[in-house]
Amino acid sequence: MSAANGAGARPAVEVRDLCVSMIGSGVPIVSGVSFDVAERETLGLVGESGSGKSTVAVALLGFARPGLEITGGSVRIGEVEVLDLKDEALREARGELVSYVPQDPAAGLNPAHRIGTQLREAFQVHEKLGKNELRGRIEELLKAVNLPTDKQFLRCYPHQLSGGQQQRVVIAIAFACRPRLIVLDEPTTGLDVTTQRYILETINDMAANFGASAVYVSHDLPAVAEVAARTAVMYAGRIVEVATTEQLFSQPRHPYSAGLLNAAPSAHQANRLVGIEGRPPRPGHWPQGCSYAPRCPHARADCRQAVPPLAPTESGSLVRCLHPMAVSDGGVLRLVPSPKPEVKGGEALEIERLVADYGGRQILHEVGFAVKEGECTAVVGESGSGKTTLARCLVGLHTRWDGEIRLDGESLRQGARERSREQLRRMQYIFQNPFGSLNPTMTVAENIEEPLRHFESLSRNERRAKALEVLGTVHLGEDFADVLPGRISGGERQRVAVGRALVVNPEVLVCDEITSALDVSVQALLVEQLRDLQMQRGLTMVFITHNLAVVRSIAQNVIVLQTGTIVEAGSVEGVLSAPKHPYTRQLLEDLPTLDPAEQATAGGAK
Amino acid sequence: MHAEADSGAVVPGPGSPEAGGQQGLSHWMRVHPVTSMIVRRILLGVVTIVMIAIIVYAATLVIPGNAATAILGRNAQPAKVVQLEKELGLNEPVLTRFVNWAENAIQLNFGNSLGEGVAVTQREKATENSVTSLARDRLANSAILVAAAALISTLLGLLTGVYAAYRRDGFFDTVGSVVSLVASALPEFVVAIFCVLLFATSLFTWFPAISVLEPGQSILSEPEKLVLPVLALVIVVTPYMFRMTRGAMIEALDSDYVEFARMKGASTARIAFRHALPNALPPIIQVVGLNLLFLAGGIVLVEAIFNFPGIGSMLVAAINGRDVNEIQFIVILLAVFYVLLNIITDVCVLLVTPRRRYPR
Repeated sequence: MSAANGAGARPAVEVRDLCVSMIGSGVPIVSGVSFDVAERETLGLVGESGSGKSTVAVALLGFARPGLEITGGSVRIGEVEVLDLKDEALREARGELVSYVPQDPAAGLNPAHRIGTQLREAFQVHEKLGKNELRGRIEELLKAVNLPTDKQFLRCYPHQLSGGQQQRVVIAIAFACRPRLIVLDEPTTGLDVTTQRYILETINDMAANFGASAVYVSHDLPAVAEVAARTAVMYAGRIVEVATTEQLFSQPRHPYSAGLLNAAPSAHQANRLVGIEGRPPRPGHWPQGCSYAPRCPHARADCRQAVPPLAPTESGSLVRCLHPMAVSDGGVLRLVPSPKPEVKGGEALEIERLVADYGGRQILHEVGFAVKEGECTAVVGESGSGKTTLARCLVGLHTRWDGEIRLDGESLRQGARERSREQLRRMQYIFQNPFGSLNPTMTVAENIEEPLRHFESLSRNERRAKALEVLGTVHLGEDFADVLPGRISGGERQRVAVGRALVVNPEVLVCDEITSALDVSVQALLVEQLRDLQMQRGLTMVFITHNLAVVRSIAQNVIVLQTGTIVEAGSVEGVLSAPKHPYTRQLLEDLPTLDPAEQATAGGAK
Repeated sequence: MHAEADSGAVVPGPGSPEAGGQQGLSHWMRVHPVTSMIVRRILLGVVTIVMIAIIVYAATLVIPGNAATAILGRNAQPAKVVQLEKELGLNEPVLTRFVNWAENAIQLNFGNSLGEGVAVTQREKATENSVTSLARDRLANSAILVAAAALISTLLGLLTGVYAAYRRDGFFDTVGSVVSLVASALPEFVVAIFCVLLFATSLFTWFPAISVLEPGQSILSEPEKLVLPVLALVIVVTPYMFRMTRGAMIEALDSDYVEFARMKGASTARIAFRHALPNALPPIIQVVGLNLLFLAGGIVLVEAIFNFPGIGSMLVAAINGRDVNEIQFIVILLAVFYVLLNIITDVCVLLVTPRRRYPR
């Protein structure tokens, strides 16, 4: 299996035929997962939500989440068979032999304990250390992850740290007992690029310095490309491809791997993003044969007969596909430059000298820009740069601002309540979190009809008709009309939210990080859909995001915000290809990239 | 927003480009949140007590009869009643009487008991018949009753709740949930009578059915008389403790930090008591506080049933005898207890919630 990493040596970690099922029904969640990790090697494990990657991650620690059980297979780390360990021995192994970095450090750290207590615990549950030795070891750890070592820091509670600091504390805890294997479960999700870059570097350094192997689980392909030497792709509970990261990202052999890569936006080229329609099969509903066949553009009749084996290819990788894509085929990912919308003359939205404060602190400093009709302007910046406050000022949700916001030449009042109904209708807002922005007790159609009640006087049937029409526009279809939001996926929910904004025929759409909670394949679908709408309807958009790659795909102009000030503005082409401000350059440099050539130069520059 | 502890721990890092920014906070906001909350709560508490005092005074005016009729009895001649009313100052304007009463109340002088055998002439002086000194021994007995019931039910509810949450849907949890549901559906007087039937009269005769003592005698001198009243209160109160603890613990055990603790290799006991419990404490403390308040009211009925010489049975007797002074004193006493307990509960919740103790 470890064709890619030297011959002879027995791999440090060997996973064979790992199976996890639901307790009771026996429905498989993870089926026959096998891979090796060499010493000091980092293996990437990628897949979208529901692929079972997180279940595999925790199974490496002999753990199954509530309702699940490990039903078979073997996880050997060093000389220890983890799945044979019971009670006390298993407890000892966790943290000492194999450790875990959870996805959300803010939730993983205990809010009731100080940082120092949590760091000490990592040692104390495994070995008895003297006070001074303990202090020394903690200091060493904190230095390794570049955190302050003073008493004041140790006395902080988790909520007093930033997201990046929290994640570094969690990484320090995971490395505390120098385990043989570290399992990182989406450790950079939710961090901005600069912090993410830093965390990725920390992980790489720590793995090298502490001589640990690592399994890096993520849905973020570029992040995996940064840290992993080899990568395994998971789909519907099975591994579908294992290859060196370089091979996988330049010449994917499995159609699903290729699909993921086509969906990933790039900051360097404005490509048309190709999403993957449909959705992964749910556990218990895996199709006969290849589980990807129902969504696969290359599927043939024999794909649906039996589950294909994970077979070696001539290039040394392993692929679970009867008709893997040809090397040349996979290499040339069909990248189509994204079309440019026509921009009409007038300025739809003008912002001048916008100053806003929040809790007595100034968030925006004299921000000014204009968006032409039919154009999309992206607003980028790290968390805390004031992007969201800007968006909320535009739509009147944040009312403490000064300056001038003009919609089609009309000056707007501060709060949404003071604006006219027509002004409100013309500018719609889409929220970041599709799980929170739809009313869970109303059906999809009722959610979409809601703005119609405010803005138009229509009969019940007319409203219903409009809602159904909009569902068609966002490619959901009438089947979704009478479903509750809780029963549909995040991507589908976000499309409903887009539909709810579109139903009143707005001229300006303010999108606040609307793709950040979505998988790449779903993000691609949504971005393409928004651009289509922009072109068909001449929609003007303000697209708030921290993801520069998405900016390239959707926007024509971009403004870069740093602590509430515009540091750079211009065409996407100009700003992203030839950034002038050091902050923009930093953001671009910090962005993990899929392109191996780019990576080599980026690595060389450091 | 990042890393601004009020302890001054400003820890800049690559993840937190912004720093500083406290200049906008007013001086008032800088006061430690615990201190400012206590101050606010005490002020509010004083207002509450004043309002309760007004209501209690008004209520004792409304109930039929007054101090004069209470002293002279039902068959008194109207002329004598009028004369005594004059002597007691009952014919003065209500406001004047209230102000006089409130002035005395602040000095803990609630007047004398109006019960039989207390001479009218003594009413100005503080004597052994003053309401406060009459209540002293009974207050101690009630405090012992409440404290014992609270201690036992809290420990019992906490431990069973933690265990049920840890073995969720197991035998203990299922049985415990059903039993607690049934027990919490029973009112305290039913439970009390049931206890008497079971343990004092028919089936077992282990404990005395009533808890009569000599005046001035402490309940501690005959602890067996304490058992059934405490048992009745424990049965009434523990189910709430159990269910709240169980719920809060289940939520905490489902959290990411508990999973992470497991992944660190923490032991079962450590996970339950060091990781989950501290985070489950705020709702548990709330319910302990509520239960104590409930107990303070619950003793009225339970004491009456057991004839327990406490504040509760004293209140019942006072109401029956129209002993205005006693009623006022006991109700105000309970009100102060309520207010104090509320403050203590809220402070405790604040103390176990670092997020609120150290806002960023």
